[in-house]
Amino acid sequence: MAEPQDPIIRVRGLRTQFGDQVVHQDLDLDVRGGEILGIVGGSGTGKSVLLRTIIGLNRPAAGRIEVFGKDLAAVTPAERLAVEQRWGVLFQDGALFSSLTVAQNIEVPMKEHLDMPARLRDEIAALKIAMVGLPPEAGSKYPSELSGGMRKRAGLARSLALDPDLIFLDEPTSGLDPIGAANFDQLIRRLQINLGLTVFMVTHDLDSLHAICDRIALLAEKHILVIGRMADMLRHEHPWVHEYFHGPRARAARPNNEEAGG
Amino acid sequence: MADGWLKVATEVDGAVRLQAGGHWDARNVTRLDQHLRGLQPTNGAAVILDLAQVERLDTAGAWLLYRTRRQVRARGGQADYAGLTPAHEAMLDQVAANDRPVEMEPPRQPALLAVLGRVGDGTVDVMIEARQQIGFLGLLLVTLAGTLRHPRRLRLVPLVYHMEKVGFNALPIVGLISFLIGVVLAYQGAAQLQRFGAEIFVVNLIAVSVLREIAILLTAIVVAGRSGSAFTAEIGSMVVNEEVDAMRTLGLDPMEVLVLPRVLALVLTLPLLAFFADMMGLFGGMLMCWGVLEISPALFLERLQDAVSPWSFWVGIIKAPFFAFLIAMVGCLEGLRVTRSAESVGQQTTRSVVTGIFLVIVVDAMFSIFFAAVGV
Repeated sequence: MAEPQDPIIRVRGLRTQFGDQVVHQDLDLDVRGGEILGIVGGSGTGKSVLLRTIIGLNRPAAGRIEVFGKDLAAVTPAERLAVEQRWGVLFQDGALFSSLTVAQNIEVPMKEHLDMPARLRDEIAALKIAMVGLPPEAGSKYPSELSGGMRKRAGLARSLALDPDLIFLDEPTSGLDPIGAANFDQLIRRLQINLGLTVFMVTHDLDSLHAICDRIALLAEKHILVIGRMADMLRHEHPWVHEYFHGPRARAARPNNEEAGG
Repeated sequence: MADGWLKVATEVDGAVRLQAGGHWDARNVTRLDQHLRGLQPTNGAAVILDLAQVERLDTAGAWLLYRTRRQVRARGGQADYAGLTPAHEAMLDQVAANDRPVEMEPPRQPALLAVLGRVGDGTVDVMIEARQQIGFLGLLLVTLAGTLRHPRRLRLVPLVYHMEKVGFNALPIVGLISFLIGVVLAYQGAAQLQRFGAEIFVVNLIAVSVLREIAILLTAIVVAGRSGSAFTAEIGSMVVNEEVDAMRTLGLDPMEVLVLPRVLALVLTLPLLAFFADMMGLFGGMLMCWGVLEISPALFLERLQDAVSPWSFWVGIIKAPFFAFLIAMVGCLEGLRVTRSAESVGQQTTRSVVTGIFLVIVVDAMFSIFFAAVGV
């Protein structure tokens, strides 16, 4: 287990590129244990690419990525599998397996990695379905029968199937109505408190940033331009940062008690 | 990896103390679950779930403890937690709050009923599909008629693009297959006809079978597998992606934009492909005759002119546009029938190829009867 001081994710000197197009250059990032970190940035700045690179779906051109203190480029397949079982990933649209029901989707990682009897698996899957706030009849439904919000919740339930220490969320509230998005925020917050999760969240949602993120990292100019609490963001003077956090939508999203900080 | 453990002790007052310790997490719950299920139910004695030595508790572990408490209480016994830290308590509360029945499987029918149901569903589905095919045929003909009246509405660039893809690019595979079939026919035919000393009739055998049936049928089957499936997958992915819906809202008719260029491309190129297949089949046969039967190419060609009338050739070629129309129509229709899931694209693609080949062979049989009746 990592010490509380050690970052759960440590990225150093990361460079990612597709052909000639460099997405990240000299990117450093620490994610502390037990925090909710929001990654923000303009469209096309490579937020999702960063997430995909950390979880190993993209190969970095240079740099070092450590998760749970392990350098993911240098681990054996067995070690990698052990790390993968400690994290969960929620893709943008849930990425549920369309040929399986929601309950079966949630049981996939349990079936694959844990030698669990079917009865216990069903019990735990049912618990996860309830925990993410899906209605009871959702367990037997196929992904195509669900709404976008329900698919996201089901995806979250699947990413929580193995009770991970760390979850990656790719725009968890995009495409949800404001009530659904607020519920989702609360859900993530509650799970983070009760399960002690570390959350790495890519988002555009200023409400989410205000409501649940402990820290915010702003991705611009190919690296993490600034990282800190909301109050730090509001004080920052970089024009883009200012525009982002003081634009008309940001003002609308900001709770009144933070007004003093800006 | 750290283990989770469970100790059972009986207190002085008769209460059962279940002492849990170590890591109660998803990796250990299988063993702990067996242990807990193996315990004898207590006869009214109080149960104490002591978590004082639990180092790590996640939802799976908390579920086991919560479930045990619930089971004991359901039997009228007394059960309580002890030694809780605030974090454990929060976790147990979280689990308790989410304990409600969840439907895990779609409701199942008895086996016999399910079989009957599937047969019924399948039959209805075939009927629906047949109806849709007829409807689609009508729609396609109406679109075609509209385009003929206003030829400028025809999309030339996609038409040429699809002609290249389904026609030109299919030349190597169609040519190779026909060539090999010509070789095989010559070889097999020679083996039989040599017994009567009638080797020279191998030429008739090859010419008639290749020109009338084999070349066009093989070409149609290859094209159904190659292009019919591609039509379905292309249009199907566009349906999944809502591109087809987007087209409709932009005032573009998918029939005109997607279906017609594909159908016309295949109708125009399949006869050419069939002609190419004819030539390659005859060429294969000719080479084989030369090599094995010592029938020289000159003799082969001379014999060929006696063996076949122009009609033998036209019988094959006439069928090509009809086959092409069927294959392309089925391919496009199945693509448009895709529902919004990845699985459905695969299903419809399979169906497109199977239906396409089936229809080609049915129509081929009808043509045989027709040609026999009119005497060519």
